[in-house]
Amino acid sequence: MSGVPAQRLTRLDAMAYGTVGVILFFGIWSLLSLSGAVPKQFLPTPYDVASRFVQLLSTPFAGATLQQHLASSFMRFAYGFLLGAAVGIPLGLLMGWFRVLDEIVSPVFDALRFIAPIAWVPFAALWFGTGIGGPILIIFAGAFPPCLINTYRGARFVSRPLIEAAQMLGTGNLRIILEVLLPASTASIIAGLRISAGLGWQSLIGAELIVASTGVGFMMVQAQLNMSTATVMSVMVAIGLVGLLIDVALRWIEAAVRQRGFA
Amino acid sequence: MSRRFVIGLTTIVALAALWYVATIPLALISPGRFPSPVDVWISFRQVAFAGYANGLLYQHVLHSLKLVVFGFLVAAGTGVPLGLLMGWSRRAEALINPVFLLIRPIPPLAWIPLAILWLGIGDAAKIMVIWFAAFVPSVINSFTGVRTIEPSIIEAAHMLGTPRYRFITEVLIPASAPMIFTGLRLSLQASWTTLVAAELVGALYGLGRILNVAQQDIYPGMIFVGMACVAVLGWATTRLLAEFETFSLPWIQMAREY
Repeated sequence: MSGVPAQRLTRLDAMAYGTVGVILFFGIWSLLSLSGAVPKQFLPTPYDVASRFVQLLSTPFAGATLQQHLASSFMRFAYGFLLGAAVGIPLGLLMGWFRVLDEIVSPVFDALRFIAPIAWVPFAALWFGTGIGGPILIIFAGAFPPCLINTYRGARFVSRPLIEAAQMLGTGNLRIILEVLLPASTASIIAGLRISAGLGWQSLIGAELIVASTGVGFMMVQAQLNMSTATVMSVMVAIGLVGLLIDVALRWIEAAVRQRGFA
Repeated sequence: MSRRFVIGLTTIVALAALWYVATIPLALISPGRFPSPVDVWISFRQVAFAGYANGLLYQHVLHSLKLVVFGFLVAAGTGVPLGLLMGWSRRAEALINPVFLLIRPIPPLAWIPLAILWLGIGDAAKIMVIWFAAFVPSVINSFTGVRTIEPSIIEAAHMLGTPRYRFITEVLIPASAPMIFTGLRLSLQASWTTLVAAELVGALYGLGRILNVAQQDIYPGMIFVGMACVAVLGWATTRLLAEFETFSLPWIQMAREY
């Protein structure tokens, strides 16, 4: 019987529609640019962007090549993200187990949560400078909350009988956290890490747009000041690709963990 | 009063006291790094009554609020219908989804330089960036909302010969409404983040402008006031949306009250 959606498509049909969609997208884009409806300086053709992308891999722009800027952004991201996970996951587990800690941390966390991560930029620059410390704080501000929330929820909703069984056998607090709560909330933690990675990567780009002298965000600002739309778009593509790779890597870890039977 | 409330309140009061003691009597934290409560109060009075960064506090707040609300409404007004359409029709999904997947990995904040190139640092650029940022969660969640409707509900509607228009307004939208609201909440958060970032990069008014000028002036008290305003507005608009959700979905509320 019919559910939603009403009609079913064969795989071939779906691919055909998808191809049409993508061709339409690039076609309209090219047409707008080639026909002069939008000046080429503001909307370069997809081909221009692709060739600029290749060019940026070998010619330095704003002091370094595209991959060097990406590498420096990625280093910042990795530090901030790992810091977020290193604080968020243990704290989430502890809050899931010790009620007092939950009651103390939650109101503070809730008060801070509504500050957009990017609003930390001025303090981050003031406290840690604009080199690596400042951006790390901003990535942390983006990546930490989902880690904490997901770990906490995972730990909080572990089935009672599992915990009671462990307690009945006289398991201590530490071992319950490490051997019951942690394995049982792995799926939730990894889902949180994926959200964290996305928000952290995005916060980093924002931070680099405002304060930084290297990295892809800085590169985009320079390109924007030079009115080089093709460069801005190439960097956007590069940022999207790296973001995608990070997500693919985490998904791969998720699948690996699931296969080992933790989740 | 619940135990949770008492402990929470105690923590907040203790932190506030600690903040006061560490900044003023003991001077553990230098005023150039983090403001004391008195600094914050002075900064607040300055921006509220004398003005800072081109305007009074209420002007900045209204300006930011206007852009967020407008951008959010544009995003929700386009994103939710698109998501519903993609959920309803496999053809629409097959046509649009690949393009959507191509663009989606680009974080919303990465659109800011392009928006400035195209539209300058005025309101139009901000609305464009907010639209791009808030669009994605609206689409995804509306789409998921439609796809997770129980088939039996749809079959019942079909069996009773519900006409298409009534099917959409009385089955499709109400049944996916909880997911739509989840999407809207995420969209709203994305709107605030993006607006603050866009205003930090370049603006004449707004909360991001306050933060930007305060950063250049190395003025911790004003940075604090700017951040507090961002938090309060983010909280208030989220709250408003939640109220609207309970108001428009009374049946969900009844199911929750057990």
